[in-house]
Amino acid sequence: MTDTDTAWIDAALTSARPQAVGALLRYFRNLDTAEEAFQNASLRALKSWPQNGPPRDPAAWLIMVGRNVAIDEVRRTGRQQALPEDEAISDLDDAEDALAERLDGSHYRDDILRLLFICCHPDLPATQQIALALRIVSGLAVKQIARAFLVSEAAMEQRVTRAKARIASAGVPFETPGAVERSERLAAVAAMIYLIFNEGYSASGETSEIRKPLCEEAIRLARLLLRLFQSEPEIMGLTALLLLQHARAAARFDAAGELVLLDDQDRTLWNQKMIAEGLALIDKAIRHRRSGPYQVQAAIAALHARAAKPEDTDWAQIDLLYGTLEIMQPSPVVTLNRAVAVSKVRGPEAALQMIEPLGERLSSYFHFFGVRGAFLMQLGRNEEARVAFDRAIALANTSAEAAHIRTHLDRLIRDSQPQGTKASKK
Amino acid sequence: MLYAILCYHDENVVGCWTPDQDAAVMSKLAVVQDKLKKEGRLGPVARLLPTTAATTLRKDDPPVVLDGPYAETKEQLLGFYIVDCGNLDEALDVARDLGAANPGGAYEIRPVGLFQPGGTVT
Repeated sequence: MTDTDTAWIDAALTSARPQAVGALLRYFRNLDTAEEAFQNASLRALKSWPQNGPPRDPAAWLIMVGRNVAIDEVRRTGRQQALPEDEAISDLDDAEDALAERLDGSHYRDDILRLLFICCHPDLPATQQIALALRIVSGLAVKQIARAFLVSEAAMEQRVTRAKARIASAGVPFETPGAVERSERLAAVAAMIYLIFNEGYSASGETSEIRKPLCEEAIRLARLLLRLFQSEPEIMGLTALLLLQHARAAARFDAAGELVLLDDQDRTLWNQKMIAEGLALIDKAIRHRRSGPYQVQAAIAALHARAAKPEDTDWAQIDLLYGTLEIMQPSPVVTLNRAVAVSKVRGPEAALQMIEPLGERLSSYFHFFGVRGAFLMQLGRNEEARVAFDRAIALANTSAEAAHIRTHLDRLIRDSQPQGTKASKK
Repeated sequence: MLYAILCYHDENVVGCWTPDQDAAVMSKLAVVQDKLKKEGRLGPVARLLPTTAATTLRKDDPPVVLDGPYAETKEQLLGFYIVDCGNLDEALDVARDLGAANPGGAYEIRPVGLFQPGGTVT
């Protein structure tokens, strides 16, 4: 068997996984049993597919084999465990199973949504939600997840086990969701996908390569969700947002692993294919005239993506969009971002005024002091700028963030040395 | 005769390729394309964005705009080639070469009735 053969099977298994585990969960109503059944079916696939060729519908194949293996297992162990209710495991020997499963497409949308929704159970802290989704839905090995989260394999194993235990005791909703419930689930799942993306996106220079797959996985899950709910503008917005942000990945860090700000990025490194897809999705979403936070954020990202040079950026429009976002999702961080747009449109004085009231709530937020320092520096208030930058460095989350602020400080020192009053004249 | 070679594949599977795997497939396909290009047989080639980016206009009266691709199928139309071939066997040979470079899915080979190369778009 060549590498391409195994790569092909891996891709087929990964792609079938959410649907297959989702269906197995519906049968067995137990996450561990479902996961194990899928695991066993995958092992059989690895043996059978290279010899017999790919099944026409890998997911249906895996569901049928997974069910049968799990049932055999339960029978073999002599019913030591209580069997699931008959109704949950009916039609086991029906030769038409695979076909029925394939035809019954109405189930699988809710199966996948349920599986995703279980992972973002409100009882679980965000870190456990993400870990569980990557393990259960994406099928990443615990070792891979641990690596992406920079924790030991044992710690991650424990995190996943704890999350599963909580879910088992919390009870999982198996009835087909109503329209309202479905849209609530959708929103929770979208938020979780965004969290996964941010785990990868907020990684600093040294770890950004290791964590980049988290961004790719989030995009894959977003596309999966969008394929299930094709007319949901917010899911289009979410997918567009992730694509537009991730399109800049290659330009966000320099060779030394330091963060490169948007204005200083080499825009030729931006991934035009991802930008095209993101723009196409936001275009589609806007037609629905049902705006939402993901769409607005995607629209902001789209304005950046459309600017071939930083000076081409439509800051006035970005200011308006942040204004909309402030109404939808009031948050000091949104206002802080808006202030950056305001500084470009109406100058640093207006921007500074806008962020002054945020000081208390953002008193331990790195970006607040970085942005404030930059505004003060533009106004020539160098001493105050230095104080803000010092505070920012103290609050920096990564060495790249600190290093970036230090370049500002260096510039302040450079500017003030030859002719001390030069900056204040500006 | 011109043949359209329409590329169908499960886009969930294609979406599971890592960027490296994707690049490897594309470079293998480029070898087949280069050969056809040198022989002056290769027309337009397109790789389509995922069907999530697709919109369908149903020509009802009045026309209805729907999100998503026209057909909900297991495999999706992901791209196409226009190739000049003497007959169906030659077109199948090209499809076999492309298939060896990018296994999985299917190619639909359709003789082209009307071909307008159009202007140059980039």
